[in-house]
Amino acid sequence: MANSSAPKPGSTDPSVIRNFCIIAHIDHGKSTLADRMLQITGVVDSRQMRAQYLDRMDIERERGITIKSQAVRLPFTADDGVTYILNLIDTPGHVDFTYEVSRSLAACEGAILLVDAAQGIEAQTLANLYLALENDLQVIPVLNKIDLPAAQPEKYAAELAHIIGCDPADVLKVSAKTGLGVGELLNEVVKLIPAPIGDADAPARAMIFDSVYDTYRGVVTYVRVIDGQLSTRERISMMSTGATHELLEVGVISPEPVPSAAVGVGEVGYLITGVKDVRQSRVGDTVTSSLRGATQALGGYRDPKPMVFSGLYPLDGSDYPLLRDALDKLKLNDAALVYEPETSVALGFGFRCGFLGLLHLEIVRERLEREFNLDLISTAPNVVYRVRMDDGSELIVTNPSEFPSGKISEVNEPVVRATILAPSDYVGAIMELCQTRRGVLMGMDYLSEDRVELRYTLPLAEIVFDFFDALKSKTRGYASLDYEPTGEQASDLVKVDILLHGDAVDAFSAIVHKDKAYAYGVHMAGKLKDLIPRQQFEVPIQAAIGARVIARESIRAIRKDVLAKCYGGDISRKRKLLEKQKEGKKRMKMVGRVEVPQEAFIAALSTDESPAKPK
Amino acid sequence: MPSLPVDGEPAPVDGALPTASAEAFGQRGLSFYVHVPYCASRCGYCDFNTYTASELGASASQSGYAAQAMAEVRLARRVLGDRDVPVSTVFFGGGTPTLLPAQDLSDMLGAIRDEFGLAADAEVTTEANPDSVSPESLGLLRSAGFTRISFGMQSVATNVLQVLERTHTPGRAIEAIDEAQSAGFEHVNVDLIYATPGETSDDFARSLNAAISSGADHVSAYSLIVEDGTRLAGKVRRGEISDVDDDVAADRYIQADSAFTAAGFQWYEVSNWAKPGGECRHNLAYWRSDDWWGIGPGAHSHIAGTRWWNVRHPSAYGDRIEAGLSPAQAREILTGDQQRDEQILLAIRLKDGLIAAGLSGEQLKVVDVAADNGLVNSDWAATGRVTLTQKGRLLADRLAIDLLTE
Repeated sequence: MANSSAPKPGSTDPSVIRNFCIIAHIDHGKSTLADRMLQITGVVDSRQMRAQYLDRMDIERERGITIKSQAVRLPFTADDGVTYILNLIDTPGHVDFTYEVSRSLAACEGAILLVDAAQGIEAQTLANLYLALENDLQVIPVLNKIDLPAAQPEKYAAELAHIIGCDPADVLKVSAKTGLGVGELLNEVVKLIPAPIGDADAPARAMIFDSVYDTYRGVVTYVRVIDGQLSTRERISMMSTGATHELLEVGVISPEPVPSAAVGVGEVGYLITGVKDVRQSRVGDTVTSSLRGATQALGGYRDPKPMVFSGLYPLDGSDYPLLRDALDKLKLNDAALVYEPETSVALGFGFRCGFLGLLHLEIVRERLEREFNLDLISTAPNVVYRVRMDDGSELIVTNPSEFPSGKISEVNEPVVRATILAPSDYVGAIMELCQTRRGVLMGMDYLSEDRVELRYTLPLAEIVFDFFDALKSKTRGYASLDYEPTGEQASDLVKVDILLHGDAVDAFSAIVHKDKAYAYGVHMAGKLKDLIPRQQFEVPIQAAIGARVIARESIRAIRKDVLAKCYGGDISRKRKLLEKQKEGKKRMKMVGRVEVPQEAFIAALSTDESPAKPK
Repeated sequence: MPSLPVDGEPAPVDGALPTASAEAFGQRGLSFYVHVPYCASRCGYCDFNTYTASELGASASQSGYAAQAMAEVRLARRVLGDRDVPVSTVFFGGGTPTLLPAQDLSDMLGAIRDEFGLAADAEVTTEANPDSVSPESLGLLRSAGFTRISFGMQSVATNVLQVLERTHTPGRAIEAIDEAQSAGFEHVNVDLIYATPGETSDDFARSLNAAISSGADHVSAYSLIVEDGTRLAGKVRRGEISDVDDDVAADRYIQADSAFTAAGFQWYEVSNWAKPGGECRHNLAYWRSDDWWGIGPGAHSHIAGTRWWNVRHPSAYGDRIEAGLSPAQAREILTGDQQRDEQILLAIRLKDGLIAAGLSGEQLKVVDVAADNGLVNSDWAATGRVTLTQKGRLLADRLAIDLLTE
């Protein structure tokens, strides 16, 4: 640590501690602001500095988003001459991780609301801001990038003031890039954000706001100590499961791990127990001492619940064991990832995986491909359906091909509350889009003269496919979206099967609203017609709800497949061509009697064009 | 002859054969192919190894070509040794062989006769463009020992000839056939191309009639192939001309097969029909995996399981020959499996078909299914020969893939 006279972990007076986070949209400069704070407080010198210091994964740096949060301890001598301990708790930056965000916020007393002075607030930031206000956090509004030519600090200061109910003059203006105003901001943090209040003498209670698997250390658990303290070598207990572990190490991040004897009341630090699976150290859980521990857990713990499911299959069937090992490894670091083996006629052996949401799916898939070198096919994402049968029994369906046929009394699907922020010019287009996605308008507010907040309830199924892309294209990229699950509703849903020469292709079954079944059927049948090569016999492609065919196409039988000329100079080429085609034929998947190249499945499942979208 | 380069191993500079092939040579008939890589103009669909005078410039002269080809004939003799294997067929192809003076063709044939001897009933064919023959030149060729002539008629429909960028008029091909018959050619072939974009079934019917009534005893009819890199491919890519429709091609094939059969022609290879005794023995030699030596740039040769192909460009070819080196660019020594595969993919295209006794149990299962699907004549088990139905001929490549050695 740079400042050797700063208070030490485990013996820091809570009155000099300030726990805060930064709420910001992707690209609004959160990581850059964090970088400046590291530099100004001297915990990282300019020689060691690299951009987005705290973002550890390549994917995080590339996408400019934080997937996993962490906390960094910054000793800072304020204008009053006192050295404070600022704990900057990073929050994950996406809609799928609302629960994780809420736990990070619960670890803080204050939040910096960071908004790009050229773009204004985005829906997701707004959602997180509301979360912060619900948690009674002291919010410091800050406009970033005020050095940009396109910055409109007056306009957006007014907007922020309107949203949080302060004076526009109270909105701080900084440039994280140049460092302008960041020192003042830190002084405001000291001045405005309350010190933590806890009982130093009570049994230890610390809230887990993140846990990360490290190949060398095992699981590293990030906690905010609410009461008491946690010391090295002590035995601790996880209050949700009752599991006990020995604390092999405790410490703080500043910004590299610094072991200490203890972390005390109000402090933020890390714990290492040697466990190998983040499931043993769950976000939101309360850590206490095994001996004379607390009896009452801190509130707010929730099991992670997968909302979106997709089948993941290796392109090369022989990679199945590699995929299994890779998922086992990722799971160590991802408490929300669930999966079980699944077999598809079309795609072979793979896994049905559950995710918090679309971004979570995308990140897992990308990590599997990048870090484990796998080529994957994923089926169209779907949500979880609760199906009640006529006989009163109930089924949870996570795979459309397992949707029961007949005797169904009710199908329930998850719904979300969506918040959309956009320039007012696009209200019509957004309403039209939400209408076609079975949305119900719950309210609309003007944030400023030309910016509108729209609140909808929407079936999650309508969002998981391409809603965000459609929203972006209808609003020229200006709209932002946030949503959170709010429950479920009974809907008129049917399963559409796609049959090839009479055989259902499991990977293409979809659960869609009755009114959209026809469009889906026509679209998929047409797509497959173009993708599947002609066979020696005519191949009917049908879309069907149960036994009722709703759309039909057909691939005409091939009549000619012969090279006209085959003379002396053609023979070698011809033999090699046929040998190659024979190899290609071995990679064909058989659906009944129909040979389908794997590329056709991939192309049919690709999301470049939405099959669920009515024409 | 299309001769796109394929991968192979380096060929020895003296042209020497691997021992096994050298020893096995002579067990099958020997044929010569002589490539003449010149055309007056290049047709839009053509990807053959041929050059116009302006494309070649001064680097390779037509007038010196016969001497180079004759030098390769002498090289062939040195490589094949002095075993007595008279040549049963010779085929001059191109390009346009008749663009060379008849005397040059006569000299090249003479070199083969001098080095190897021609069998008494040898078949000697030359391809000819209707534009590049005359009664005089045809007379000279006949007396030099040519027995068969093959004309590229392609079509009698003006619109089709335009798409193909053929320079001759529809009537000229018929005249040239008459002239050849007057000059004493007993065997005459006409080439037809069908399924050219824009060709109607009536257009094709007229071409079929013209070929049938021309007096030719052999017809080759090919579906137009849009080869990469041709002007035609460029036009298709740019959308100026539609691509060949395989279903139309299948209709035309059936139309041709019916018309030829009705006129007394019998199919004996997927794209070839002949009156009795009119079959082209040279092409049968390819399809029966006999031995043949290809003379000239880009020409392929096959001797007892070794195949090689010459350097493609006439000037590169000339340089090699002048330096006394083999013009072979690369070769492949076929494994037993590869030889069997080639025999299957070639023989399945023939009227005589495959000998069932030579097939494995797995392959016979494939044949059985193909017979059920109407591709193979159902009498195959009784006759011991696997022969294709009309439907099967149109799908011969599909069947061949299934029959290839695992």
